[in-house]
Amino acid sequence: MSESTEPLKKTPLNQVEKELGGKMVDFGGWELPVQFSGILEEHEAVRTKVGVFDVSHMGELTVKGPQALELLQRATCNDVAKLADGRIHYNGLLYPNGGFVDDILIYQNDPNDFFVVVNASNTDKDFEWLQQAAEGLDVEVRNVSGDYAQLAIQGPEAERVLQAMTDVALADIKYYRFATGNVDGAPSIVSRTGYTGEDGFEVYVAPEHAPRIMKKFVDAGAKPCGLGARDTLRLEAKMALYGNDIDHSTTPIEADLGWIVKLEKGDFAGRDVIAREKEEGPRRKLVGFEMIDRGIARHGYPVVDGGEEIGVVTSGTHSPTLKKAIGLAYLPLDKSAQGSEFTVLIRGKETRARVIPTPFYKRAK
Amino acid sequence: MATPEDNRYAKSHEYVHVEGDVATIGITDYAQKELGDVVFVELPQVGSALDAADELGSIESVKAVSELFSPVSGEVVEINETLADNPALVNTDPWGDGWMIRIRMSDPTEVDELMTAEEYDEYIEKESAH
Repeated sequence: MSESTEPLKKTPLNQVEKELGGKMVDFGGWELPVQFSGILEEHEAVRTKVGVFDVSHMGELTVKGPQALELLQRATCNDVAKLADGRIHYNGLLYPNGGFVDDILIYQNDPNDFFVVVNASNTDKDFEWLQQAAEGLDVEVRNVSGDYAQLAIQGPEAERVLQAMTDVALADIKYYRFATGNVDGAPSIVSRTGYTGEDGFEVYVAPEHAPRIMKKFVDAGAKPCGLGARDTLRLEAKMALYGNDIDHSTTPIEADLGWIVKLEKGDFAGRDVIAREKEEGPRRKLVGFEMIDRGIARHGYPVVDGGEEIGVVTSGTHSPTLKKAIGLAYLPLDKSAQGSEFTVLIRGKETRARVIPTPFYKRAK
Repeated sequence: MATPEDNRYAKSHEYVHVEGDVATIGITDYAQKELGDVVFVELPQVGSALDAADELGSIESVKAVSELFSPVSGEVVEINETLADNPALVNTDPWGDGWMIRIRMSDPTEVDELMTAEEYDEYIEKESAH
């Protein structure tokens, strides 16, 4: 992945992960475990019990000041004014052409103080982008990524395992809300969020406490999980992956993320393009599919029609829960209806797939 | 798992187990570990002719796809049908029930070009050091 020759960056959990048998890989310049015991086993643990992920590579920014809200409103498509203290939402940081700078989570401490969680490989870009956008506004943007390790504890037993280690009343934290408190004695931000489609929490804590907390999670029965299971879990839940399903060339409308676009909130970067797409329909749309023929259509495989390339697969895998091949692809709007069949070239071979409803997996409440 | 000494090995991590002029081909324990959980194995049809280094099929693991190459030339005389329903055999028993195809070799001397178990162990030690 990494094209530079710089040494890989390591999270505070690197040593613990190696001790736990993590198979380490280069993930966008970070040395992270792709798996421990195996992707299928880790996936299953999160769906049925509890697993723990190191997501310390994620970036964290703070946006503070009297015009913090104004900056975020201008730079993103979701309505930040609708947040309340202690609440979180999913949002898009957009270019003027409507493409994604990044997809982000915004945590509101108060209307003048936001905590923004961004994709690891986009951290510097997002920071610079927001700093530029902040010119002339009374707001300070800081990159505080080095101050935090991040652990995601996910699965139906996540609350029980985490509650035994924290003074935060987890039952009081609803989905996409957060609280601050201590986890194993260390000051932390605890949010009911995740990238798995399962119940669970994400814990932000100073790096020096993270190895101890990770070990305690594992001792309490959480299965250490790697990037492989993180990818199969998020894809079943149809959560977008920046760099695969969305990037600078895709808009939220194309990416089927219209629910994070709030045109009524006022002007923001990319609004004109998105308003037009909302009215006239986008050129193409991200859809979920299952394979009809055998094989797995993976990221980058072309969708063809009569020898012509009409779309592209952005993510694809074997779904451990559904036990079949699934994926996401951009298709022309008129070919994107539920049930439509299309052809993917899998290493040169024409292979049939069908558009199906998403998310592929939804947990029972 | 120790690398069996009665096999020969290709740089692309297939093994060849020879009985008479029939070679049983599969992937090594090292290869299955590198791939992770195997979910689909695509194999050639019985009767197809392969030259050494031809692509003979592919293995899909959850994480990635990997091509399989035939270490020897000949005709495919049998494929492991059980892998269609139970591809995980490649992970659990790569040297045994996880075998993939049997080829009637047209040139058994090709086997001599392949690595011995000892040579293969050295080879993967170097490869995994990268």
